[in-house]
Amino acid sequence: MSGPKSKLAEILAKREGDITSAWLELQAKDLKALSASEQMDTARKSRQFMDALKSASREGNLEDIAAVHWNPVRELLSDLSAGRAKAGYSPVETASFVFSLKQALFNILREEIANDPAALADAVWQTTLFIDKLGLFTMEAFQKTREDVISRQQQELLELSTPVVRLWENVLALPLIGTLDSSRTQIVMQNLLDAIVATRSDYAIIDITGVPVVDTLVAQHLLKTVAAARLMGADCMISGIRPQIAQTIIHLGVDLTGVITKATLADAFALAIRRSGFAVTKGGKEAKETNEEKRSAAGAI
Amino acid sequence: MKLISSESVPVRTPEDIVAVRQAVRRKAVKLGFGLVDQTKVVTASSELARNTLDYGGGGIVQLEIVESERSKSGLRLIFEDRGPGIPDIDLALSDGYTTGAGMGLGLGGAKRLSHEFEIWSKPGEGTRVSILRWK
Repeated sequence: MSGPKSKLAEILAKREGDITSAWLELQAKDLKALSASEQMDTARKSRQFMDALKSASREGNLEDIAAVHWNPVRELLSDLSAGRAKAGYSPVETASFVFSLKQALFNILREEIANDPAALADAVWQTTLFIDKLGLFTMEAFQKTREDVISRQQQELLELSTPVVRLWENVLALPLIGTLDSSRTQIVMQNLLDAIVATRSDYAIIDITGVPVVDTLVAQHLLKTVAAARLMGADCMISGIRPQIAQTIIHLGVDLTGVITKATLADAFALAIRRSGFAVTKGGKEAKETNEEKRSAAGAI
Repeated sequence: MKLISSESVPVRTPEDIVAVRQAVRRKAVKLGFGLVDQTKVVTASSELARNTLDYGGGGIVQLEIVESERSKSGLRLIFEDRGPGIPDIDLALSDGYTTGAGMGLGLGGAKRLSHEFEIWSKPGEGTRVSILRWK
């Protein structure tokens, strides 16, 4: 069979060198901003890709790039996309690797089948379909790498953003920042309960100064965390209730009466200190002087 | 009442609820809402967006800036889904009632946080909730 499909394969085999050099030239135009080493890297990958393409097209069907013959080609493309995604290339820059090959192939096809317009049109159409498929595959791989990066960052953020801080001998604080969704609440609760056990704390303060919106879901999560801490034998307070949050909670109808709440972390800390039997007094030389002044002033009266 | 501008945000995933809240806050700031009013309307939008997702199976939010006859400006939010609908709206609005795992305060809370509240729902067809907060 000498259909257009095999025509492309035939030309790939016959004019590989010409196609590669034309392609490299086109890519150099697209990627002018790259450093010399990146350009060399691209050239090396392009040659590898042409090699893989040539052998795959000899054995495999151009219409089915998911077939086993195309494994090396797909692998090369995935590697390239992943590398470019990680290096911060834009989707356009990444896709141009494959799409710039289209023009190189068209030019050679035109030279090779100049005398048969119908065959040329067929071959061009075939090539377009083929390159588009490879292009879509490239984008998919690019997207996947980006998504992996994002989900890893989400995980890291989850870990980072829920530190339990020890404020005093038996007082813990958990400053919350950002959105409190179900999965974060789970981690928050777990961290807090673990820390209560590990430090044998009697007081835990959840500070929500950094939580922009307290809706019923967040309130429910907070109440559950407070209840769980209580079951562990610790008194749990919520601090950082700003005026606008207080008003909103009232309108929502959320009942926080069973929970000790304070406007600021400092207030909650002071209460925890007092309850655990400590007293905060001003000390040091300066404080003593002020006290003496007061005393003498009182004596004068 | 005159419609000044309109924008829509899809609600398909829990992350979209965050996007809705941020879009609502942007509009509220643009309208010059105070901090308390901002928080109220953002919280109401959070409740309704979550309802749209959890009970309506996802939908869309329409954010509209409107102006009254006396040229008072306001923010209207319309939440629409093609979910199972609400058979008994009065029951759904009563505090503490829920068919899910929440507190059962979201719908009624959103109503209390808004100046105007409208709900339309038909079993099998979907639900549309519209709230409005004047500046």
